[in-house]
Amino acid sequence: MQANALSTKKLNVYYGEKHAVQDVSLDFAEKQVTALIGPSGCGKSTFLRSLNRMNDLIPSCRVTGDIWMKEHNINGSETDVVALRKHIGMVFQRPNPFHKSIYENIAFGPRYHGVKKKADLDNLVEESLRKAAIWDETKDRLHKSAFALSGGQQQRLCIARSVALKPDIILMDEPTSALDPISTSRVEDLISELKQDYSIVIVTHNMHQAARISDKTAFFLSGHVVEYDETDKLFMDPSQKQTSDYISGRFG
Amino acid sequence: MSAKTVDKIATGVIMCVAGFIIAVLLGLLGYILIRGVGHISWDFLTSAPESIRAGGGIGPQLFNSLFLLVLTLIITVPLGIGAGIYMSEYAKPSKLTSFIRLVVEVLSSFPSIIVGLFGLLVLVNKFGFGFSLFSGALALTIFNLPLMVRITEQGLRGVPPQQKEASFALGISKWKTIRSVLLPIATPVILSGTILAAGRIFGEAAALLFTAGMSSPRLDFTDWNPLDDRSPLNPFRPAETLAVHIWKINSEGLAPDAPQIAAGASAVLIIMVLVFNLGARALGRYMTNKFTAAK
Ligand SMILES: Nc1ncnc2c1ncn2[C@@H]1O[C@H](COP(=O)(O)OP(=O)(O)OP(=O)(O)O)[C@@H](O)[C@H]1O
Ligand SMILES: [Mg+2]
Repeated sequence: MQANALSTKKLNVYYGEKHAVQDVSLDFAEKQVTALIGPSGCGKSTFLRSLNRMNDLIPSCRVTGDIWMKEHNINGSETDVVALRKHIGMVFQRPNPFHKSIYENIAFGPRYHGVKKKADLDNLVEESLRKAAIWDETKDRLHKSAFALSGGQQQRLCIARSVALKPDIILMDEPTSALDPISTSRVEDLISELKQDYSIVIVTHNMHQAARISDKTAFFLSGHVVEYDETDKLFMDPSQKQTSDYISGRFG
Repeated sequence: MSAKTVDKIATGVIMCVAGFIIAVLLGLLGYILIRGVGHISWDFLTSAPESIRAGGGIGPQLFNSLFLLVLTLIITVPLGIGAGIYMSEYAKPSKLTSFIRLVVEVLSSFPSIIVGLFGLLVLVNKFGFGFSLFSGALALTIFNLPLMVRITEQGLRGVPPQQKEASFALGISKWKTIRSVLLPIATPVILSGTILAAGRIFGEAAALLFTAGMSSPRLDFTDWNPLDDRSPLNPFRPAETLAVHIWKINSEGLAPDAPQIAAGASAVLIIMVLVFNLGARALGRYMTNKFTAAK
């Protein structure tokens, strides 16, 4: 039995009156990739964003229930969310590099969190860019604007940016949906690599992608988790009719 | 009538209106410049005015205008940016914030002569600042500050929200995010807005008649101690600005060349305001390119 990086107990998310996520209890195993799939609007992003408390930024949003990370319930009001987000990184659907140089995009976070020496930062930048498989493309232009990179490169830069903080968990919300097939497969390879060091939760609309890269998969439908199982099992032999309908493309 | 004809007529009418506006503008500018440019010389820009003899200049007035502008900006830029940050990033939408917003709007569109009278009653008399650069700067603050707040707020709201999310997701505090992620992106907008607003201050006259005053003491441009009475830098001395000077010589100028001086000074004023406007655009464009361009 593997340790859990994160687990939710009866997590509920409301936007005002709207009950977007209902009683979701999921365990995310350490150093594994967990995929969240389901039709549009079923609450995958909402659920993912409550894991690193990004929903705190939305005034109408209310999250109840527990999120356990080791022995801490991080959904309490006493949690230091700024410190928490250092341990739980996030990669967004659209690449969103800062309006800064490639180097600064990576160094910004670690410097704020206390890495001050130039040599250390230089090393960290190189290490992170290597991990995100984008070092070769960027090493000669580290001090040029990150906006000169292609969309796929920008997304890998964003992954490098979260890796640079050495988080325990990385949350990814449809990280390849804005990318072409080649960039997509590079990012997928990258995710499989990163799994050695990080626990990853990824939202995807691409069933093949979920099947290719994830260890476990949760199927969401209108705010509920319908089925959560080993990815192979869920795709080959789902126990719920709704799941088999969804993965065989009969709806959603 | 067919849709095509209607379209043609509408286009024609719009073109005419636009052409008319441009013609008026160019005519106005041309008239002022042609009348005045001939009178501008180095001597005119640097020497002191004469009250009854010909050959006076506008040196002290030009200096006063610039100095007053700097003083005003020293007051309004930090306050305005601070309040703008508060309004866009911290204030929760509520009755209070919409009320603040209303006050800001009203203040910035206040008739300037009223602001001037208010300055006279409150700043000059009640608080005893007298006719001084300081009173003038405070009066100008009344309409410049709201503008600065609005400019900053707009600049910050214009930053894509993804930038903020990216920063928060790295565990970066709100204040650091504002300082290091949002403000740099908003800077071109804030800067060019500030310069545009500065252009308005530069040309303001009505609010200054009764606050900064309509006279200048004899200035000693070799004395830069701000505490001396005759020092140009003393913020508590009366200071007639260029715009006020134009108004004054036009209405009560005794020098034989008063009309030419007024024309020359007007041309200088217009040129300065143009420089501010064009400078703001150029700077804004340059900085936007610099921050976002693919290099
Ligand atoms: N900021 C918000 N305010 C109010 N309702 C919201 C907000 N964000 C999302 N919702 C609603 O919550 C529900 C779940 O949205 P969510 O974005 O989590 O779906 P999703 O599963 O990620 O969909 P997609 O696959 O299209 O990204 C939707 O019905 C959506 O309309
Ligand atoms: Mg989503």
